[in-house]
Amino acid sequence: MSQAEKSPAERAIDPGPQGSRSPLWTLGLLRSEISTLLRRHRTYALLAVLAAVPVLIGIAVRIETGGGGGGEGGAEGGAGPAFLAQVTNNGFFLVFAALAATLPVFLPMAVGVVAGDAIAGEASSGTLRYLLVAPAGRTRLLLVKYASVLAFCLIATLVVAVSALAVGALLFPVGDVTTISGTRIGFGEGLVRAGLTALVVAVSLAGFAAIGLFVSTLTGSGIGAMAATVGLLITVQILDSIPQLSGVHPYLFAHYWMSFADVLREPVYWDDLSKNFQLQGLYVAVFGSAAWARFTAKDITA
Amino acid sequence: MAPNDSAETTGEATSTVVGRRKAARYIVPVAVAGVAAATIGLVPALADSGDPDLPKISAQELIEKIAASDEEQLSGTFKISTDLGLPLDGLAGSLVPGGRGGDKDGGAAAPQDKLMELTSGTHTLRVAADGPERQKLSILGDASEYSLIHNQGEVWAYDSKSDEVYHAEAPEGRDGGGRAEKAPKAPEGAPATPKDFAEQALAAAGDTTSVTVDGTAQVAGRDAYQLLIKPKQSGSTIGSVRIAVDAENGVPLKFTLSAANGGKAVVDAGFTKVDFAQPAASTFAFTPPKGAKVTEADELETGKDERGAMQKALPGQLAELDGLAGEGGFNVIGEGWTSIAEFRSPGGKGLPEAGSGDMPAEAQGFLDALGDKVTGKFGSGTVFKTRLVNALLTDDGSVYVGAVTKDALVRAADAAAK
Repeated sequence: MSQAEKSPAERAIDPGPQGSRSPLWTLGLLRSEISTLLRRHRTYALLAVLAAVPVLIGIAVRIETGGGGGGEGGAEGGAGPAFLAQVTNNGFFLVFAALAATLPVFLPMAVGVVAGDAIAGEASSGTLRYLLVAPAGRTRLLLVKYASVLAFCLIATLVVAVSALAVGALLFPVGDVTTISGTRIGFGEGLVRAGLTALVVAVSLAGFAAIGLFVSTLTGSGIGAMAATVGLLITVQILDSIPQLSGVHPYLFAHYWMSFADVLREPVYWDDLSKNFQLQGLYVAVFGSAAWARFTAKDITA
Repeated sequence: MAPNDSAETTGEATSTVVGRRKAARYIVPVAVAGVAAATIGLVPALADSGDPDLPKISAQELIEKIAASDEEQLSGTFKISTDLGLPLDGLAGSLVPGGRGGDKDGGAAAPQDKLMELTSGTHTLRVAADGPERQKLSILGDASEYSLIHNQGEVWAYDSKSDEVYHAEAPEGRDGGGRAEKAPKAPEGAPATPKDFAEQALAAAGDTTSVTVDGTAQVAGRDAYQLLIKPKQSGSTIGSVRIAVDAENGVPLKFTLSAANGGKAVVDAGFTKVDFAQPAASTFAFTPPKGAKVTEADELETGKDERGAMQKALPGQLAELDGLAGEGGFNVIGEGWTSIAEFRSPGGKGLPEAGSGDMPAEAQGFLDALGDKVTGKFGSGTVFKTRLVNALLTDDGSVYVGAVTKDALVRAADAAAK
């Protein structure tokens, strides 16, 4: 334990002689990271795919119910992704249906690509050493990289939510929202809940983003890191669906992801949400510090 | 950058020091994981240890406290886990007419099916009550919720998963009080609230039962007395019934039914959060969402009789057994906890024999796999076991059912054969 306590001290020394810098500098670094991220064609492609999901769901539900037999569609809706049954009657629910549809795979996959690429991508394109030549320090660079991945989580989630809201309002009637507890809230409060939900979903991805960052520090190949991160995601999703492994389920980062739906209960049911937040915090602490341990001690050869 | 450079430029000795320092960094994630694991392990243990200090109270006083409890306003979260040990997982659900896949019957949101689901597995419920006129019960599902709302003469059920609504007029003239009244009465025996549980358990009391106060406990953050009810007779499969009663207002907060042979509680139902303040009026307000499919109760009911039968159909066959009782007659052997119901089927024929042609061989094998073959003075038969209720089907067509052990069933059958 004494060694562990020594480590933060080492970290302070680590950046080298330029120990103290203004926090504004970090902000500048973060801004440049995020703008680099957002200028990449790959980011646009990822966001475009995410934005397309609600459009597809919306059109599919519209065609399904438009072809007559609305009652039939409703009965079958129980088997599909969550909230699908409500979409026909209130376009607002497309936000939740789209988040429920993208959260298991599409969203984390996009985050995994960005997180896995964060360090390894720089290493494989040979730009990592130039980044480190700048007086940033490894710890700070890592923090900035993680912050930009988190920003991407939020942006990606908002893209899904906003696209779903637009499509929902376009294709279906909107109005007062009936929460899944059966109470009714106004459209304005519904929007607040939708925003809160997007935030919850973005936070849900924080743990997975930390894992991606850690994997990214392990290898010099950007593609390898992305593949490993996404592969891990799929493995965990499979583990989470095997009932015999229910003992480990509460510790899998994806287990409480769907708890975002609890925001739509009245009153909001916080138990699973707070479990989700705690679990994500734990993953961030463990894999963030592992990424730090790896990255600050790593030989940079590219 | 620093460790990296020094490793390359200095000699062997420093390189091992640097290597060690590098390795030391990994202590941080390991320590974080270790602390987290320790916290996960320790916190429940610490939370459990604090049994509150309450003045001593007799069992009689405690029961009176329960009876006198007139708390009509509460809201809270309720958790129920049931492990009846049925031969097949989820059999309880499938035994119900139109069980889980009830959608095809047209009454997707009808309460009976949903309440039946509570008889197996673990469920989280939310309850809210404001006097006899307003109650709400919600079963929380994955990204969905099933709500049952009674609000002044109207009963609504809303299934958010299928976006379907069930509507009924609350039965006139029925005095509220219990929560079960909010809906067309829950199927007999289906668990509802601690209060219902307590009343059922106390009704069975008598000379055959020991009722004691067994210490105190913390339930849902409230101090509670524990009422322990145990059968005095041997041969019962019920080990004990434990009811945690709020020390302040006498509301039963937790109900635990344990089997005599130990293991996980058969039924464990209790509040995880409870608040005795008046719930917001909006909790009980319900207007069907625009476009949702609404099923009226009268449309569902093709006849009163059918409805009655539905209510009785708790474990599917029980309804049949009721029918048998009418024709073949049945009597109760023993009393109290060890009472055994004996049915004689009119045909005088038990389970179809293998190869008799009544039943395909596979089905026969399936039945055999579910039960244990037993023999005794009465002849031979098959015992079907659950964790609580056992049943003996003799080959000559008698059925013995009770919350008793296999041996007790055989003894009863032997006695009857004499």
